[in-house]
Amino acid sequence: MSGDVLAITEHRQGELRDVSFELITAGRQLADDQGGDLHLAVIGGDVDTFASELNRESVDTIFTVAAGEEFNHDTYTQITEQLYAEVEPDALLLPNSVNGLDYAPAIAGRLDVPLVTDAISLSRADGTLEVAREMYGSKVETTVTVDADTAAVSIRPAEWEITEGEGQGDAEVRSFDADIDESAVKSTVTGFEEVAGGDVDISEANFLVSIGRGIEEEDNLPLIKDLVEATDATLSSSRPIVDNGWLPKNRQVGQSGKVVTPDVYLAIGISGAVQHVAGMKGSDTIVAINTDSNAPIMDLADYAIVDDLFDVVPQLIEAFE
Amino acid sequence: MKILVTVKEVAEAEDEFEIDGLDIDERYLEYDLNEWDEYAIEEAVQIKESGDCEVVSVTIGPERSEETIRMALAKGVDRAIRVWDDDLASAEMIDIGTKADILASIVEEEDPDLVLTGVQANDDSFGATGVALAETIGFEWGAVVNALDLDRDDGVAHVRRELEGGIEELTDIEIPAVLTIQTGINEPRYASLRGIRQAQRKPLDVSTLSDLGLGEDVLETPVSRTAMYEPESEGEAVVFDGNPEESATQLADLLRDKGVVEG
Ligand SMILES: Cc1cc2nc3c(=O)[nH]c(=O)nc-3n(C[C@H](O)[C@H](O)[C@H](O)COP(=O)(O)OP(=O)(O)OC[C@H]3O[C@@H](n4cnc5c(N)ncnc54)[C@H](O)[C@@H]3O)c2cc1C
Repeated sequence: MSGDVLAITEHRQGELRDVSFELITAGRQLADDQGGDLHLAVIGGDVDTFASELNRESVDTIFTVAAGEEFNHDTYTQITEQLYAEVEPDALLLPNSVNGLDYAPAIAGRLDVPLVTDAISLSRADGTLEVAREMYGSKVETTVTVDADTAAVSIRPAEWEITEGEGQGDAEVRSFDADIDESAVKSTVTGFEEVAGGDVDISEANFLVSIGRGIEEEDNLPLIKDLVEATDATLSSSRPIVDNGWLPKNRQVGQSGKVVTPDVYLAIGISGAVQHVAGMKGSDTIVAINTDSNAPIMDLADYAIVDDLFDVVPQLIEAFE
Repeated sequence: MKILVTVKEVAEAEDEFEIDGLDIDERYLEYDLNEWDEYAIEEAVQIKESGDCEVVSVTIGPERSEETIRMALAKGVDRAIRVWDDDLASAEMIDIGTKADILASIVEEEDPDLVLTGVQANDDSFGATGVALAETIGFEWGAVVNALDLDRDDGVAHVRRELEGGIEELTDIEIPAVLTIQTGINEPRYASLRGIRQAQRKPLDVSTLSDLGLGEDVLETPVSRTAMYEPESEGEAVVFDGNPEESATQLADLLRDKGVVEG
C-alpha cells in the first residue's frame, strides 16, 4: 500500500469549479490518514493555468492532461484509468457533481474497485476506509465501511472547506500523455446552453418566499401569490414545482437552478434536499414552515414554524393586511 | 426496438421514526415507486407511442415491490421482470457493483437498444446504477438527461444533460446506450383505470440469481453499512410556538424586524 490519493479535479467553461479545491482538502486528509501523497489531475482545458491555480501547499503532484476543452466522459474515463495505473493510489477521489455522476461509476467498474458515492466525510483507520453518507432524503446518516485496499469515492460538493493558497505550493507539475482510443469515444458534446433566463432574477431579491411540494396542488398557488403580494416578496421554489410546470425554470433554487442569497429566505413546504440547499444555504436568515420537525431544512433554519402551511400562510397574510 | 427501464421501489421515512440497528425500523417506512423512475418510464412509453417498440421493466426487489411494478405496467410498460431470491433477501447490502451485475444479465437476455434508469433512487441515493450498468455491458451512456430526441435511423440519441447552475450540455450519444433520466424531462401520466386493469394481465416474471446464471458470489462486496444514526442537529432554530395565528404573528414581527416587509 502506497497510501497515495489521486483526485480528479473539475472545470467548466475555462474555470476550475469549487469542488476541485474541496477535493484538495478531502484528499489531503485521507492521504494523511493513509500516510501517502496527494496527487491531483486536471484533464482538458487550459491545463497549465489550472495547474498553477491548483498548486497549493498540501498538494504533492499535479498531472496535467491535454484532452480537448471540456469534459467528455469517454476520454475522462480512459485517462483516469491510465493515471490510476501510473499512480497506483489507494483511493481515487472524484466529485459527486453532475459530471461526476456521469463517469465515476464507469471508472470504478473499469478498474474493478468498489465505489461509494456522495461522501460527506471520509477517513481511513487501521486500513479500513470509512465513508459517511446520507440516506432517506438526508433524514439519517450512515457509515459505509470499505474493506478493500483501494476504492473510489465521490465527494459531495460544498461539504469540505476550500483549500486556499493559489500558487503557493511547490507541487511537481507533470504533463501526462494519455493514449486515447478514439473508437471508444461514442459521445460528442455539441454545445452548451444557459436556461432559466427571463423577467425575474431571483438571485437579486432580498426577500424570497419559496415553495415546495408541500403546497400539493397548483390550485394552491393563488394562496402563496397573495402572501407574495402582501409582503412584496419575490416568489421562488424547489424543483418539483418547476418540474410540474407550475412555475417557470427561472424560479428554481438549487444545484440545477439558481443560487440565491437573500436577507430572508422563507421556505414553505420544502424538505431541504441537498440539491436544494446548495442554492439557498447562503441566505442571511432562513425561516422554514413545515409540518415535519425532522425535515433536513430544520437543521438549517434560524426560525421555524412546525405546522401546516395551509393554516399558517392565511394568518401571515392577514398580519400584513 | 426494445427499451429496458430499470425501476425501484424506494422506502421513505415517516416524519417521526426510530432507527433499529443498521436501518430505520420497518414500521416507519412507506414504499413507493422511485420518483426519477417515473420519468424514465414515461419517456420510454412516449417513445413506444411514436413507433414500433417494446418496453420492458426490470426491478430487483421483494414480492411487495410488485405493487410498484404494476404501476409501471399500468402506465404502458409491456411486461416486467422482478429479480429476487433468498440470497438477495438476506444480503446485507446490495451495492452498486452487484446491482450492475444483476441488471447486466437481464440486458444480456433481453438485448435492448436503450436502457433508461432514474438518475438516483431516493432512499440510498447512490446515483450510480445506470452508469455502472453501462460500463458492465459495454453500452454508451449519458447521466442526468433532461431532454431526449432519439434518431433511430442514425442510431443516435441527442440528449441534454442538466449541469449545475442552469446550464445544459448538448450531447450526441451512440446507441445502444444507457441514459439516466432527470425529473422534469416529461410529465408522467397517471395510470388510467383501464391501464390498471390491463396491468393485472401483463406478464410479470420472477427470476432468481440462478435463473440468470449468477452465483451467490455476485453478492460478495467489500462495501458494507456499519452504522446508521440521526445526524447531529446543528439546528439552532428558534421555533415559533402557539396556534397558527400566534406563530404567524411572531413570524410577521420577525420579517418587519429584518426590514424585508413594511407595515
Ligand atoms: C442532479 C439533481 C439536481 C437537482 N437539482 C435541484 C434543484 O436545483 N433544486 C431543487 O429544489 N431540487 C433539486 N433536485 C431535487 C431534490 O433532490 C429534491 O427532490 C427536491 O428538492 C425536493 O423538493 P421539495 O422539498 O419541494 O419536496 P419534498 O422533498 O417532497 O418536501 C416537501 C416538504 O413539504 C412538507 N409538507 C408537506 N405538506 C405540508 C404542509 N401542509 N404544510 C407544511 N409543510 C408540508 C413535508 O414535510 C416535506 O418536508 C435535484 C436532484 C438531482 C438528482
